[in-house]
Amino acid sequence: MEAVVKRLGAWALVLLAAISAIALTPERGFAIHMGIVALVAVILIIATLGTYDPLARAQSIFRMPPGPSRYDDDVVRWGVIATMFWGLAGLLAGVFIAAQLSFPQLNFEPYLNFGRVRPLHTSAVIFAFGGNALLATSFYVVQRTCRTTLAFPAMARFVFWGYQLFIVLAATGYLLGIGQGREYAEPEWYVDLWLTVVWLAYLAVFVGTILRRHEPHIYVANWFYLAFIVTIAMLHVVNNLAVPVSFLGSKSYSAFAGVQDALTQWWYGHNAVGFFLTAGFLAMMYYFVPKQAGRPVYSYRLSIIHFWSLIFLYIWAGPHHLHYTALPDWAQTLGMVFSVMLWMPSWGGMINGLMTLNGAWDKVRTDPIIRMMVLALAFYGMSTFEGPMLSIKAVNSLSHYTDWTIGHVHSGALGWNGMITFACVYYLVPRLWQKQRLYSLRMINWHFWLATLGIVFYAASMWVAGITQGLMWREYGSDGYLVNSFVDTVAALHPMYVLRAVGGLMYLSGAVIMAYNIWMTILGHQRVEAPMGDTAHDAAADRPILPEPAAQPAE
Amino acid sequence: MSNKRIDQPTGTETVGHEWDGIEELNTPLPRWWLYTFYATIAWALVYVVLYPAWPMIDRASAGTLGWSSRGDLAREMSAADAARQGVFEKIAATDIEKLPASPELMNQAIAGGAAAFKVNCVQCHGAGAAGSPGYPNLNDDDWIWGGTLSEIQYTITHGVRWDGEDATRVNFMPAFATMFEPAQVDALAAHVMSLSGKAKDNAAGAQLFAENCAACHGPTGAGTPALGAPALNDAIWLFGGTEADVKKQILKPRHGVMPAWQGRLDPVTIKMLAAYVHSRGGGQDPAPVQTATAPEGKVAQAPEADSDG
Repeated sequence: MEAVVKRLGAWALVLLAAISAIALTPERGFAIHMGIVALVAVILIIATLGTYDPLARAQSIFRMPPGPSRYDDDVVRWGVIATMFWGLAGLLAGVFIAAQLSFPQLNFEPYLNFGRVRPLHTSAVIFAFGGNALLATSFYVVQRTCRTTLAFPAMARFVFWGYQLFIVLAATGYLLGIGQGREYAEPEWYVDLWLTVVWLAYLAVFVGTILRRHEPHIYVANWFYLAFIVTIAMLHVVNNLAVPVSFLGSKSYSAFAGVQDALTQWWYGHNAVGFFLTAGFLAMMYYFVPKQAGRPVYSYRLSIIHFWSLIFLYIWAGPHHLHYTALPDWAQTLGMVFSVMLWMPSWGGMINGLMTLNGAWDKVRTDPIIRMMVLALAFYGMSTFEGPMLSIKAVNSLSHYTDWTIGHVHSGALGWNGMITFACVYYLVPRLWQKQRLYSLRMINWHFWLATLGIVFYAASMWVAGITQGLMWREYGSDGYLVNSFVDTVAALHPMYVLRAVGGLMYLSGAVIMAYNIWMTILGHQRVEAPMGDTAHDAAADRPILPEPAAQPAE
Repeated sequence: MSNKRIDQPTGTETVGHEWDGIEELNTPLPRWWLYTFYATIAWALVYVVLYPAWPMIDRASAGTLGWSSRGDLAREMSAADAARQGVFEKIAATDIEKLPASPELMNQAIAGGAAAFKVNCVQCHGAGAAGSPGYPNLNDDDWIWGGTLSEIQYTITHGVRWDGEDATRVNFMPAFATMFEPAQVDALAAHVMSLSGKAKDNAAGAQLFAENCAACHGPTGAGTPALGAPALNDAIWLFGGTEADVKKQILKPRHGVMPAWQGRLDPVTIKMLAAYVHSRGGGQDPAPVQTATAPEGKVAQAPEADSDG
């Protein structure tokens, strides 16, 4: 490290110690002495800074782009590493809370109890893992499909590091017990304000890049990225409108109350799924699936119709999270009918992804990355069918508040978001670090099967658990009274909870294999292994049998 | 677009755009997709006419079916209530001690009590009514405040040490922390343990017991349900049965609280709960007229005046 920075750090420590002493001492004379020390430290800091060239330092730390002739990929590289890192952290937290639900002794008070680790898990996988994947791929895709470099390179770097700061503030806040109790929007007011700044910068970089494109048209992936960025900005700002109790404290109160508050929250919550986890990831799909398959997108017309219908319909579907609550019937009805109409627009993305493989279906057998993409699209299709189904009130009366919802969310999150992200990272890493190929394709295959089996364990156990739970809650005996108490249902679900934890552990193991594979690839290693998809070929045996002349008996 | 071409494997024409090597085919919308989409829209249009949907100025459209979730709930609840009405009336009209005489009615009451127990009581007494330290086990024949149907009904109705309920069951065991030397506590605890055969008796302890404890707990430690003084001569303990637990309770007794349920539950439900608790095992029959209980002058829930109440 540069000597200037070291000296600066030393003086800053002195200053900090002096200020602490002033704050803590009850003695006036001592405080004045410490004030003099602090003043000296400030003078020395200013003097040290005088010899410092911050621009040159920033240039070497933040790696400004190489020039207009190359794509600006530094932020993408950092984003890929951050995706991998936060992915592992989020999945680990998930396995931990799954184990807590099976074995409550694992609640370590107060920092590691279920109530605090659960938002850590959800935010880590959605915003840290998913968010970094979206950030990295959007910067990669928008440059290539616009054939230009990022519009504001410095701002793009700010977006990346600012977003990481948001993640760290959010995550530590949950463990310290700071949270506003809104699902997927737990961070408190000052963290929300920071994210707003970062997000507007993100919007500026993205739109700026599109405006300076060298292509006549905007590619469909960029429509989806733009819809994701704009809508998340709107959702985030409205849902987090709050009044802080004090500007020197973390606590705030929502601007809304009662059922309006609940509806605002689930308008946000559902569209976080719709625009973050659906629109954003469809954008990834629209670039990386055709690239990896080497095939044209199936239908331009379908992409237009399903994009606009998805965007228009999704935003109304939130009230289906509040069926059979204080929310007025008319709002519940609207939430439900919009959810049902959303079914085909959602499937449009799946059709366009899967049918893009027309003419390249053999790659499902030979290319594990394509296989992951196909699995992701299959799970996308399943969960976007399950979602409208669960929004129907008759179904919802059984499924609501049960683990069925958890199973639904995870078949979408693990199957669709997780698998498509893994596939994109596998695609990106050799290209970003200029390697000939990945360290190992066979490890992708291991990852694929571990993750797939993990999802099956997870989703199947939660379906069974959810339906069991729903049926037990509503079970009436012939004498006209409820049969089960709540704790009876908890006891009945225990085996399912253990199976769920096992599924999560398998999914995490797959991700650990991936992290190793990615790490070795970046280091430039290539594993010696038999190529995949080749069947054995013996040239010597590859010929017709000639009839041998039968042995003639000697006469 | 000039770059349109026919894609070989599919035989479809491209749109003519190209981004970073990605082209797009001009495939028409899949018919099944489009018609399913139309069908969901048509279904939605019908649904919003049939059910409440359109927000107006001061209310929403009610829907032609006249359905509402509140109405739906009220209908289901009133149907369930109506089905139970006859039984409810019979239970209400029957004196609780006479319930066992009619096995059919008693079984109905137990079923209703079991359901109410799951909602209101399991939080403390456990799903199987087996209790936990500090919360009495209701499955045994040891009753702190009496185990007949009417005594259980009284306890549920008025609660135990429940603030704001005048008729609540109240007693307070004095704290002996300042009164006994450590050696005396040891002797007394040993004597209490000896009542259930878990320790050797000792004269000093027996003496202390007779002077300080027998008035409520009885000379043999059999307890006095009318005072809520628990039996000490069995293996059933509310706050633990080791010698250390007993000492703790002598020095600084803990006192549990149970809510008074009248006002929160209707009298029939309380009656049914009493029948259920009575049926768990160990329910007692009412004693024949002579009451073998309290020393005279003391009433079951009286000692507020002479305790710290």
